Amino acid sequence: MISMTPRKHIPLSLTLLTPAIAIFLTLAVGAGIFGILGFSPLGSLYTFFVAPISRPDQIGDLFVKACPLIITATGLVFCFRANVWNIGAEGQLVFGAIFSGWVALSFPDWPAITLMPAMVIASIIGGICWAMIPALLKVRFNTNEILVSLMLTYVAALFIDWLVRGPWRDPMSFGFPLTKMYSDAGLIHRIDVPFVGGLGQLHWGVVGALLLATAGSFVLSRTILGFQIKVMGDAPRAGRFAGFKPHLVTIGVMAIAGGAAGLAGMVEVSASMGQLQPNVSFGYGFTAIIVAFLARLNPIGVIFAGLIVALAELGGDYAQIALGMPKVVTGVFKGILLFMLLAGETFNRYHITWRRPAVMPVSKEQ
Amino acid sequence: MEALILTVLLTSVPLILAATGELVAERSGVLNLGVEGMMLMGAVSAFAATSILGNPYMGILAGAVAGAMTAAVFSLFALGLATNQVATGLALTIFGSGLSGLAGAPFVGGTVDGLPNLAIPLLVDIPVIGNLLFNHDIMAYLSVGFLVLVAWFLNRTRAGLVLRAVGNSHDSAHALGYRVLLVRLGAVSFGGMMAGLGGAYLPLVLTPHWSEGMTAGRGWIALALVVFASWIPSRILIGALLFGGITIMQLAGQARGWTVPSQMLSMLPYIATIIVLVVIARNRDFALANSPACLGRLFIGNK
Repeated sequence: MISMTPRKHIPLSLTLLTPAIAIFLTLAVGAGIFGILGFSPLGSLYTFFVAPISRPDQIGDLFVKACPLIITATGLVFCFRANVWNIGAEGQLVFGAIFSGWVALSFPDWPAITLMPAMVIASIIGGICWAMIPALLKVRFNTNEILVSLMLTYVAALFIDWLVRGPWRDPMSFGFPLTKMYSDAGLIHRIDVPFVGGLGQLHWGVVGALLLATAGSFVLSRTILGFQIKVMGDAPRAGRFAGFKPHLVTIGVMAIAGGAAGLAGMVEVSASMGQLQPNVSFGYGFTAIIVAFLARLNPIGVIFAGLIVALAELGGDYAQIALGMPKVVTGVFKGILLFMLLAGETFNRYHITWRRPAVMPVSKEQ
Repeated sequence: MEALILTVLLTSVPLILAATGELVAERSGVLNLGVEGMMLMGAVSAFAATSILGNPYMGILAGAVAGAMTAAVFSLFALGLATNQVATGLALTIFGSGLSGLAGAPFVGGTVDGLPNLAIPLLVDIPVIGNLLFNHDIMAYLSVGFLVLVAWFLNRTRAGLVLRAVGNSHDSAHALGYRVLLVRLGAVSFGGMMAGLGGAYLPLVLTPHWSEGMTAGRGWIALALVVFASWIPSRILIGALLFGGITIMQLAGQARGWTVPSQMLSMLPYIATIIVLVVIARNRDFALANSPACLGRLFIGNK
């Protein structure tokens, strides 16, 4: 019989060790599954996690892949800390891309100095708007934010599909579902590293993502807003006694998460695509959930977690080419990783021991 | 018109199956958000078994087993290690989508012979409704059968009472000597089996092929249906038919040459889900009267 007693004090070493053990177990279980399905276990792991970063320019690509994940997960950390389950970041990301795309396509003559800030603001507004639907419905009617935000993801995907196939399609695109290219001022440019030149696809949005995660860490640990969010998540009753407004916290964290996801959508399109297309996101909104958990809901941790998960994503692209596996296989790794992280959380919080069933009598004397 | 009603009935079958299973799990106090993942595993297993063995009934079996086994992964973590149920359910959906895509890759592009219709003698000859109600495949009958069975089990049997007690107050049930985790393991496994069956219905009846993510959010709609039904089995039937009808509206709309873009029509089931959730949630007494009090709460045995 397993017996679980809450730990009074969680040692720091354990906090750092659990994600490492979770990653190790994920690799072991993943390799086992590949073995069962007839692939070489070690070869698969090599293709997934070593081949994608064996050249210096590929390090740049790793950061590029991590960029939308870091931005989105930073926002989600706020939601999950407050116990608000926004799992529709994918849709909020798409709406950020749509709003910023509207600005870029409507004002192609603006110089970068005005166009770029306008696009950033538009993307944040777009993400917030889409996140406000589940937030307001939860606050006003107590509807389930999980289901509403998820349903809106499907709606957002269909909406952008309609835009790029219908009203926003470039007449010169030969029937492809693409908008016009953004003007040069609407594009995020690659970083020129001194003496090296370009480092893969590394672009300025990555710098923004790192700054955003740092800012998120500051807000969460050093401001009254961050304190309110943590209290409402850990002890809502205590928060209410302290006079915090649960509804405001819910709306606040949804706005932060929606705005961040929207921004990620803008960065992804402006840096990597240059125009809107039916798929502006490849599940980044969902993958960011795992990133947030791997980071143990800590914005600085999000940077490292984003890089680790981005490696698995890149590995998925490689496996698709080298081993002919479908792209969704990364989902196997991502799912197992999330399982392992959650289990690690239990081992963190509780002291777990085996006891023989005989030693635990059901006390009936009381 | 008859064809349209038949399509509505068929579309609602996977929703009835998955939602009935999830209802039992939730009544025992476990919120398993992995329905979409379990349905996908059921769908891919059913398709694989049918195309290898050539018998759709083996496909049904494979779907049920795959669903229950996927649910066992959830139980291992959420019940065995008391992990957060919301996050564990999400992990199950991500895992199930990935694994089903990997396992199903060799089967993309293939087709299978679907389940045959079994007309019930005599009843099928009733004018108007006979053909509509009594000329279906076995899983359509099963879905309604399971629904009736679950309603009877929950409300009329001692075991059902224990299950509801566990869902409403796991501490009291534990104090009375009931094995909380064992009851929940059973309920979650049943939910997984039903979701697997619901998934199996897609390649076996609705579209005779396998494609990645072919459930297209049906698992999430099934979760919404349980809320819609306010945890009462019979209401699932109404909800599922309603959603089936909305899903079919897009086909009917295209056939009649509506000028609305197809994407807008495809949005209808998702938007309808949101509207339904709001309407249900507005009336708190109605919405929460049967809501299990311990839904989603962690139970740490022998503390």
